[in-house]
Amino acid sequence: MSYNVISLQLKFAPIKKCMPKVDCFHCGAECDSKPIIFDDKPFCCNGCKTVYEILNENDLSCYYDFEQAPGAIPEEIKSKYAYLDNELIVKNLYDFIDDEISVITFYIPHVHCSSCIWVLENLDRLNKGVVSGIVNFPKKEIRITFNNSKTSLRQIVELLSSIGYEPYISLEDTSLTKRKTDRSLVYKLGVAGFAFGNIMLLSFPEYFQSNEFWLERYKPLFRILIFIMVIPVVFYSANEYFISAYKGLKHKILNIDVPIALGISVLFIRSAIEIIFQLGQGYFDSLAGFVFFLLLGKIFQQQTYSFLSFERDYKSYFPIAVTKIEKDKSEVNISIYDIKEGDRLLIRNEELIPVDGILINGNAQIDYSFVTGESLPVSKKSGDKLFAGGKQLSGAIEMEVLQTVSQSYLTQLWSNDVFAKKQQNTIKSLTDSISKRFTIIVLLIAFFAGVFWYFIDASMIANVVTAVLIVACPCALALSAPFALGNMLRIFGKHKFYLKNAAVVENLSNIDMVIFDKTGTITTNKTNITYQGLKLTKDEIQLIRNLLRESNHPLSRMLYEYLEKSDKIEVTNFKEIFGKGIQGEVDGIKIKLGSEKFVSGSTSNTLQTTIFIKIDDEVKGNYIFENAYREDIVTIFNELDKNYTLRVLSGDNEGEKEHLENILPKDIRLIFNQKPEDKLEYIKKQQEQTEKVLMIGDGLNDAGALAQSDVGIAVSENTNVFSPACDGIIDATNFGMLPKFIELSKGTLKVIKISFVLSFLYNIVGMLFAVTGNLSPIVAAILMPISSISIVVFVTITTNYIAKRIKFT
Amino acid sequence: MNIVFFMIIVSLFIAIIFFILFIKSVKSGQYDDMYTPSVRMLFEDEFVEKKEDSLTKTKPTNLTK
Repeated sequence: MSYNVISLQLKFAPIKKCMPKVDCFHCGAECDSKPIIFDDKPFCCNGCKTVYEILNENDLSCYYDFEQAPGAIPEEIKSKYAYLDNELIVKNLYDFIDDEISVITFYIPHVHCSSCIWVLENLDRLNKGVVSGIVNFPKKEIRITFNNSKTSLRQIVELLSSIGYEPYISLEDTSLTKRKTDRSLVYKLGVAGFAFGNIMLLSFPEYFQSNEFWLERYKPLFRILIFIMVIPVVFYSANEYFISAYKGLKHKILNIDVPIALGISVLFIRSAIEIIFQLGQGYFDSLAGFVFFLLLGKIFQQQTYSFLSFERDYKSYFPIAVTKIEKDKSEVNISIYDIKEGDRLLIRNEELIPVDGILINGNAQIDYSFVTGESLPVSKKSGDKLFAGGKQLSGAIEMEVLQTVSQSYLTQLWSNDVFAKKQQNTIKSLTDSISKRFTIIVLLIAFFAGVFWYFIDASMIANVVTAVLIVACPCALALSAPFALGNMLRIFGKHKFYLKNAAVVENLSNIDMVIFDKTGTITTNKTNITYQGLKLTKDEIQLIRNLLRESNHPLSRMLYEYLEKSDKIEVTNFKEIFGKGIQGEVDGIKIKLGSEKFVSGSTSNTLQTTIFIKIDDEVKGNYIFENAYREDIVTIFNELDKNYTLRVLSGDNEGEKEHLENILPKDIRLIFNQKPEDKLEYIKKQQEQTEKVLMIGDGLNDAGALAQSDVGIAVSENTNVFSPACDGIIDATNFGMLPKFIELSKGTLKVIKISFVLSFLYNIVGMLFAVTGNLSPIVAAILMPISSISIVVFVTITTNYIAKRIKFT
Repeated sequence: MNIVFFMIIVSLFIAIIFFILFIKSVKSGQYDDMYTPSVRMLFEDEFVEKKEDSLTKTKPTNLTK
């Protein structure tokens, strides 16, 4: 073995103290056998070391004290952000801009710990032009205020990138309608809470009808104050219930808001009449409390993961600008929307292809994993068609535009009806279907109670009928679902399963068919490499590895990483034949690597991705690149197979069919060669046969299928950045828990049903008071909060309980 | 006992002032980020003045999780 390596190891021995593996001081990744040592600290790469240097020089090394290894390896940037100098392109990015000061908000996926907050908020130490930086941790955002004359947007973005906090800037950021936080519900809750507290206070004296002199004297004042305070509660805080009830009735649906709106209006009208004509104190305290609790439930249900976006379209993937090559060979940055047919574009290394086009020149290795989930890059030669959404991996290429952004193959997918339909698709929830019967029953009871009292004491009719409608107001009923579903949403979130909203939990419990995408979903984005053929000696492997070192082809890089480390040997006569393979001489031995045709001259019809090897005119064998299946895939399929129909839809060829058939349960149908539209159509067909479909996919090509399905869940290796439009996002590490998640949603529905029964019991008790004409304001004021609070406590405890039980068994 | 009149008006007036302050603070975005300020307040001026000191200086305790 080489003398060099040994001497290096000796040199570092005192520091490393025979630790076999060291983790990078900056990013925490495991360093290879020769870490870069700087300032007595190990680093996995030069990038990490540079960040350390930058921070250290600027007295920011405390960054490493809050958290261990908090950093990220910085990406190479070069001229990637040159377009930020073009004011026309970036003007929509700013929150605020004038001659002196600019304010801009960036989304930074890497933000994850207190070190991140600290270093980002001390950005002014690294760039004197920065006035301040304020991090919003839950949203992973930073709002930077900077001085236009001292620095520029590009400098700031490049600075952030250079310390490992590359902001994510996409086309979506330029759209004028930025996401605004809707705070109206908080205001409504504030109004209702304010009124509830004060009304309760002012109602108290009258509960204890003591006929005291002073009390009698102030009664009118109390009542007027109560009346004034309740008006905003009914007409502002509760307005959504009236709107929703009206909409429901218009579509002939008796949703849960119909009895709620009915109850509120009856409460309000009866109490108003009582107060105006001085008949009694009314039920305004119950009314305010009722609205307050309802809104509380609504806030609970409105849980959002604001750092995730579930409504993504192509805009959140695409860059803002591209480099166009003019006729006189000069390069200009133009906005994506200004791309015209026939333009020549320069796509640099690691850049996304924004439009469909034809490759003019350059070595194109396109990674379509965002689009198809397929992790192996595709080689293209000049004249080949390139589709939007691919990422160029090896150097710069030039392409000619065939279609504008909106007409590209990928963006066409978003013009499909499903994306428009999804929004209006009102989900018929369990609560709504029960409230339909509930409303009818309540109206019948009110009617018969009225008829009954007509014969006994006609003056009591109005009293009893309104009392029935007041008591029937389904507060507990309306609260149980939001709290149960909202709590489950939180439990899921803890296990890295994020749902768009609470309704998804309910839909998830109703599915009967699960469809999996193959690549990227049941396989990982990593690749398994296996070898078949004549056994290779250690020396031969060394030769191969040395030849691979010269090549930038992604397959070569992958195989290079896979083979055992070896010493460096000079390669002579190296030649890379594009799209075929590489050849060269190592130590005087001729080696050829590449496609079967290139290496051996023959072709067999294999569908697998392979690299053939020829050493000294002898074909030795080949390396096979296979997608690695996720660990738990067999258990997931076996478990789900018991209760659901399973399908696998794949955009790939049938290369892995046999293998899949062997590992998965027998009755699963595997369907290959499915284009995005085919997947969508397939799901539509299943739904027409009244199947409720859960689609699990990952890439942009599943976007249509995910939208069409009843529940679409995206599996994501990195939940922060890439996942298509969907109802839920599951972190790949917890993919194995999928059957448990479905089981949990079923359990949640059971809890809701039980709590419905409970709230009916409360209603029956209330009804007894109502139909007998005994519903005094104090009874209403006691019964209503007790029922609501006990239901909320019940569902919260039981959902936590089932989550615990299912997790441990 | 006319003082009761007065007191009720005063107490309601104060309640309304606080209510308006609440609405204002929500509007200003004070409740949008409930987490970061809790971390931020624990930072002091932890700038390392001399490089040699950085190793001997006592380390602040881990803050999150």
